[in-house]
Amino acid sequence: MAKHVVGAAKDVPPGERLRVDVAGTPVVIYNLGGEYFGLLDRCPHMGGLLSEGIQIGLVEAPKPGCYSYDRAGEIVRCPWHGWEFDIRTGKSRFDPKRWKTRPVEVETAEVKDAQTIDVAQDGLNIVVTL
Amino acid sequence: MPAPPPGAIDCDLHPAVPNLKALLPYLDDHWRDMVVQRGVHELDSISYPNNAPVTARQDWKPATGKAGVDLDRVRAEALDGFRTDLAICNCLYGVQLLYTEDMAYAFARAVNDWMAAEWLDKEPRLRASIVVPPQNPDYAAAEIDRLAGDKRFVQVLMLVMDEMPLGRRRYWPIYRAAERHGLPIGIHAGSSYRNPVTSVGWPTYYAEDSAAQAQAFQSTLSSLIMEGVFAEFPDLKVVLLESGFAWLPAHLWRLGKFWRGLRMETPWVDRHPMEIAKDHVRLTIQPRDAPPSPEDFERLMTHFDSDEMLLFSTDYPHWQFDGDDALPAGLSPALAEKICRTNPLATYPRLKEIVA
Amino acid sequence: MTVETIQNPGAAIAAGQKLAIADCDIHPSPKSVEKEVFPYLEKRWQDHYNTYGLLLRQPYQNGPAYPKGQPDAARRDAYPPNGGRPGSDLAFMQTHHLDRYNIQLGILNPLRSGQGLQNPDFAAAYCKAVNDWQIAEWTSKEPRLKGSICIPYEDAALSVQEIERRVGDPNFVQAFMLIRTSEPMGNRRYWPIYEACAKNNIPLAVHAFGFGGSPVTGGGWPSFYIEDMVGHAQSAQNLISSIVLEGVFERWPSLKLIIVEAGFAWAPSLGWRLDRVWRQNRHELPHVKRPPSEYMRQNVWYTTQPFEEPDRRSHLKDTFEWIGWDRLLFATDYPHWDFDDPQRIPLPRADAETRNAFFLQNARDLYGV
Repeated sequence: MAKHVVGAAKDVPPGERLRVDVAGTPVVIYNLGGEYFGLLDRCPHMGGLLSEGIQIGLVEAPKPGCYSYDRAGEIVRCPWHGWEFDIRTGKSRFDPKRWKTRPVEVETAEVKDAQTIDVAQDGLNIVVTL
Repeated sequence: MPAPPPGAIDCDLHPAVPNLKALLPYLDDHWRDMVVQRGVHELDSISYPNNAPVTARQDWKPATGKAGVDLDRVRAEALDGFRTDLAICNCLYGVQLLYTEDMAYAFARAVNDWMAAEWLDKEPRLRASIVVPPQNPDYAAAEIDRLAGDKRFVQVLMLVMDEMPLGRRRYWPIYRAAERHGLPIGIHAGSSYRNPVTSVGWPTYYAEDSAAQAQAFQSTLSSLIMEGVFAEFPDLKVVLLESGFAWLPAHLWRLGKFWRGLRMETPWVDRHPMEIAKDHVRLTIQPRDAPPSPEDFERLMTHFDSDEMLLFSTDYPHWQFDGDDALPAGLSPALAEKICRTNPLATYPRLKEIVA
Repeated sequence: MTVETIQNPGAAIAAGQKLAIADCDIHPSPKSVEKEVFPYLEKRWQDHYNTYGLLLRQPYQNGPAYPKGQPDAARRDAYPPNGGRPGSDLAFMQTHHLDRYNIQLGILNPLRSGQGLQNPDFAAAYCKAVNDWQIAEWTSKEPRLKGSICIPYEDAALSVQEIERRVGDPNFVQAFMLIRTSEPMGNRRYWPIYEACAKNNIPLAVHAFGFGGSPVTGGGWPSFYIEDMVGHAQSAQNLISSIVLEGVFERWPSLKLIIVEAGFAWAPSLGWRLDRVWRQNRHELPHVKRPPSEYMRQNVWYTTQPFEEPDRRSHLKDTFEWIGWDRLLFATDYPHWDFDDPQRIPLPRADAETRNAFFLQNARDLYGV
């Protein structure tokens, strides 16, 4: 496991996402209300790029015909077959135990000695552990 | 393994209403008079033309009139013939097909009272399904409530094709009443013919109507699951009668595949449809739309991933097999025992109750 | 329960030499009807289009009776970067799809092609224009792509005219219908179409959807899109029942019928059921000489998308063997949302030759290209 600086935090404001290639591994990073979450950018089903899917809320039903809808933007729907994944955990909604995409550890930190030009020299950077 | 083991429970037996006249004693004065005044015709459905091969097996057919009208023959051919302990009577007289809901309600009541008096009172091995008028689900629920105290009625009977797919909420009063009384919903082949029997219009041949029943059961199962019938009524069981069964696994693969991507459309469906079906859906084994070779039959059985879904039936007097060849070849003795006895007892709680 | 997750059976092959693919279901769209289809449509019908639009036997002017799971029923990553509907930009389709998956033969199945329009004359004119458009914008520019002869199938005489117009034209490899016809497909009103296909050795593909006007189940209209989608499998079973029991394959033994995008795992149980029903009703069906499953085995092909996904791949192996590996054709449904990736479908294990037949050679043999 190594830490990889992948960008400046200010470039991924809340509600936005960032697709990066981390040492050959496709990763998508989401900013949910100031918190960053990373997922392997590959649907476990057929390999659709989750980064191309839309972010929706979580629809649940206590009983038929009653729809609850919250957690706006925290579920990503695969651009291909529409499978829903919880951005916070990588777990599918329909069968969270069996079908999931790998969560990737993301943090923000000041990185003073980074050489990459993409990286903020005077602010928080997004750091992926992979 | 052609014949069932002794003590089997036959989940689909068809005593027939010989003619409308037989129901007259069970209609109230108004409707009895209407039948005579208006010259109401026999309510025999085109689903089973009286002389069509499937409607009566040759050796179960009387010289004149309908098969399945004679209690002694039913005793000899269906009950003693297969050494069955119990058999569930599903009367297919076409009351569901009427357009006047009041009339349908009156005839449904008459059929049920006729069933109790002419069959159940006379033969202790018989049980029956409550015929209800789907034309008006509130009437249907009232009929269920009226008869639920008689424990010889073990199920509620509907036809697989009606005005709307059976999962639609319009029908839920029926399911609510059935669940309340611990009665499974038996869904039998047939139609009220409000719509063409195929999704691409009316067929040319009777054989097509017969074949199309399997597709109707598939779409009905989609409807029951996707509408959330089993979420709303978690204790409800549905038994598919004369449905065929070989289609079930492949159909649920497909429904499950789409559900994974369209879950948000029916968020109350919180498990794979296959899992829901394993808990709530049972199927009778006639007709046997299964592969002819025992090896292929065994392979098909593995696709079910459950040994609790199939229930024994003869479909008497319908012609689905010859001799006593009521079970598919390729069935292990253990599975045969489950299908013939254990599964029916688990499906119909009332079969275990001692009838006073 | 043992669970086999869907892994990548083609990974090894893909890494070394890329599998050659025939994609038997690709959906092209015009960038704009006015710019791309109107040039092939008489003025009268251009005016008709502008006045009434495409009136089908369904409730809405634009869009399907059941709203789809995604806009345009498309993969969200299939929108061309230069704009337009998914499937409307050849250059993008070439890089995004054909090159990427090494597709050597792609069959175009246009969907908004005038089929099933209420007005049969307009349907015929529009189908003809869409066929001309396929040549002009697609097949003449990209040799890997082959077109489908869209026919106004509710009018058999007009359909035969369109088929005969295209006979011998190497831009087209099949005639094309939609599953939900207004009467079951074995009905005699459609027979001239089968006669024309058989006589000219043109396979007949029948694709999911259609606008026959009957409820999409024998028990009426369902509530949900998922029921409509899954229901194509039931409609396909209804159509095969009708075609076989009306004796169409007895009359035209060389007719090749391809079921497109309606599944395939239902086919074995349909065959078993039809065989029973046929045995029970021989007197009614003297024109059907053999058990229905034999006609299915001989005359019917199935494209596999949307691929079945049982928990156990071994179950699908049974299905493939019951149907016959030589009757199954790979398809992706590009650019639609229920796309199948050739390297990710849970294909039953098979030797290299069988796999190659499934992905390519079955289609080459069927279409003769």
